[in-house]
Amino acid sequence: MTSMRPERMVKLAFKNLGQYRLRAGLTMLGIIFGVCSVVAMLSVGEGANQEIQEKIQRMGSQNILIKSVKVPSEESGQGGRRSLVASYGLTYDDYEELSRFVPNLEANTPIKRLRYDVQFKSRRLQTDVVATMPWYLGVQNYRMIRGRFLTTTDMEYGSPVCVIGTRLARMLFAGYDPIGKTLNIDKDAYTVVGIIGDLAQGEVRLENELWMEGENQSVYIPFKTYQQKRGDLFIQLSKGGGTFEKIELHELILTIDEQENVVSAVDAVRRVLKRNHKKEDYSVVVPLELIRQARETRRLFNIVLGSIAAISLIVGGIGIMNIMLATVSERIREIGIRRALGARRSDIVLQFLMETLLLSISGGVIGLVIGAIIPLAITATTDVKTVLTFPAFAVAFSVSVSVSVVFGIYPARRAALMDPIEALRHE
Amino acid sequence: MNVPIVELKSAMKEYVNGALKVTALRGIDLRIDPGEYAVIMGASGSGKSTLLNLLGCLDHLSRGDYLLGGENISKLNDDELSEIRSRRIGFIFQSYNLIPQLNVLENIEVPLFYQGVPEPVARLKAEELAKRMGLSERLGHKPMELSGGQQQRVAIARSLVCDPILMLADEPTGNLDSKTGQEILELIDELHAEGKTIVMVTHDDDIAHRAQRVVRFMDGEIISNVWNGEPKV
Ligand SMILES: Nc1ncnc2c1ncn2[C@@H]1O[C@H](COP(=O)(O)OP(=O)(O)O)[C@@H](O)[C@H]1O
Ligand SMILES: [Mg+2]
Repeated sequence: MTSMRPERMVKLAFKNLGQYRLRAGLTMLGIIFGVCSVVAMLSVGEGANQEIQEKIQRMGSQNILIKSVKVPSEESGQGGRRSLVASYGLTYDDYEELSRFVPNLEANTPIKRLRYDVQFKSRRLQTDVVATMPWYLGVQNYRMIRGRFLTTTDMEYGSPVCVIGTRLARMLFAGYDPIGKTLNIDKDAYTVVGIIGDLAQGEVRLENELWMEGENQSVYIPFKTYQQKRGDLFIQLSKGGGTFEKIELHELILTIDEQENVVSAVDAVRRVLKRNHKKEDYSVVVPLELIRQARETRRLFNIVLGSIAAISLIVGGIGIMNIMLATVSERIREIGIRRALGARRSDIVLQFLMETLLLSISGGVIGLVIGAIIPLAITATTDVKTVLTFPAFAVAFSVSVSVSVVFGIYPARRAALMDPIEALRHE
Repeated sequence: MNVPIVELKSAMKEYVNGALKVTALRGIDLRIDPGEYAVIMGASGSGKSTLLNLLGCLDHLSRGDYLLGGENISKLNDDELSEIRSRRIGFIFQSYNLIPQLNVLENIEVPLFYQGVPEPVARLKAEELAKRMGLSERLGHKPMELSGGQQQRVAIARSLVCDPILMLADEPTGNLDSKTGQEILELIDELHAEGKTIVMVTHDDDIAHRAQRVVRFMDGEIISNVWNGEPKV
């Protein structure tokens, strides 16, 4: 029985492909592009996905966020006249009722969030002032960097204390230790008792920017203190002078005990708010739903990517078939000679399949390497996040090799089924 | 007494191309004994190549029987025929039919490759045969780099590598000048002297004189089968 060892077949395949270096190279190029584009696409896709997931996760998958929303003021209010005070958004009643009616509620965190000028000595800038509860820290997963957060005692007495974000500490207090210093929030004096940070949150790079974003630049004060000092009314400055606005609560963060209870809690929230509000002057954001949506988006994304990948890999496979057909038809005589000298049909099939395999595996390996370099280069030069995953490599490589083999079978069989006498006579 | 190497019984070969039917061999009987040197002659289209292909197990008979070394091969399948070709038949072609990307040694080794003979063993055998054919200086050369005569020597070495019981040559000197052709014929004479069984197709009456048996074909039939050698041993 004929028993040809694989390494001899590989050696033969190398020798045979050596005749067509340029052609073999061009064929491999098709596979290289296919594999490397698949790997690069999947890496960029996975990076984007993880970034979104992290962002959403940071909002807290057990949280339900409710925000006050200013609805377009209807010109024909009561008596066709615009009321003097625009009153909208979440109310203390909402807070009470949600606390009572939302099942599995672990914490209910009311928040007032307003923009004020803050000042330390002669340095001043504009930033968010967040008036909230002591448990805000835990609900938001922030870390204490120094000092302490707001306490129930602060709440009871309405103490004029504040906690500041790391970035604000750096900008406003450069050269000083902020703890114990006095920070003026629009004329009112507060004592800094702590600094909090959110490691995950990226900081804005521009150093001289006064208008800052993010929680790292915020000032946190006891809810009660703000209520006592300022109340719920404030002036919204606009082009035509100023209008009074009344908002009792800017935000509410409802924390549910378990993730699986979030959906039913959201239903209860919507029901309560619908009952209490004539207009929809609030919005409900559910991070868990966002996560689900992100997953769904990702699924679609994967399907689209997968199709593109499949097409590029199939194009590579067709390239291989094309080349192998050309190779076979140029080597009909060789096939005849080999058959006359004792090659079985299966030997011929194997010979050409081995050449195909060699092309696709080497193309695949080069493609993987380039496909890994591209995302790394993207991450190095831009701030786009990319993630190399093993499945991406495995899928790209195995699909490209199997596609090539499938497309290589036809030319190889065609070679093997040739009549040896005809093949020998072929010029 | 001896088992004949070739025994054809009412061998018939038809080619069917659609509605067209060509009878290339019309039921011939032929016997070639071990150690014989037979020459096949005849006009173009008389069926010489058809006969050689059948003897070389490249094709099936349409009717009749073919016994190679006593074994009836008429009913063997494609894989079994391949096996027989690799172990028992040595082919020498008019146009050498070497594989262009392989060098001299690798070309000689091809039949052993398909027998699964280990590479070092095959290499030794190929080297020995190449030396015998006067190709020692050319072992690493590709066929393109050799003269016609050298290429035919490589082909002869290749046909000998598996110690075939039957050597088949289809006009082996047809592409060579008369001097080189003469050298090749002398080589074949040598092989015959060593006891090889050889069947050769030729047009040349001078070449035919070298053989012991001359078989003449016309229109797929044997019109004469002359023994002109010394009595067989
Ligand atoms: N593959 C084939 N298909 C059809 N007819 C063929 C085929 N091969 C040979 N023939 C025919 O068979 C006859 C014998 O051909 P061949 O054996 O090649 O003759 P020779 O070698 O003596 O010139 C010729 O008539 C030829 O046309
Ligand atoms: Mg002929």
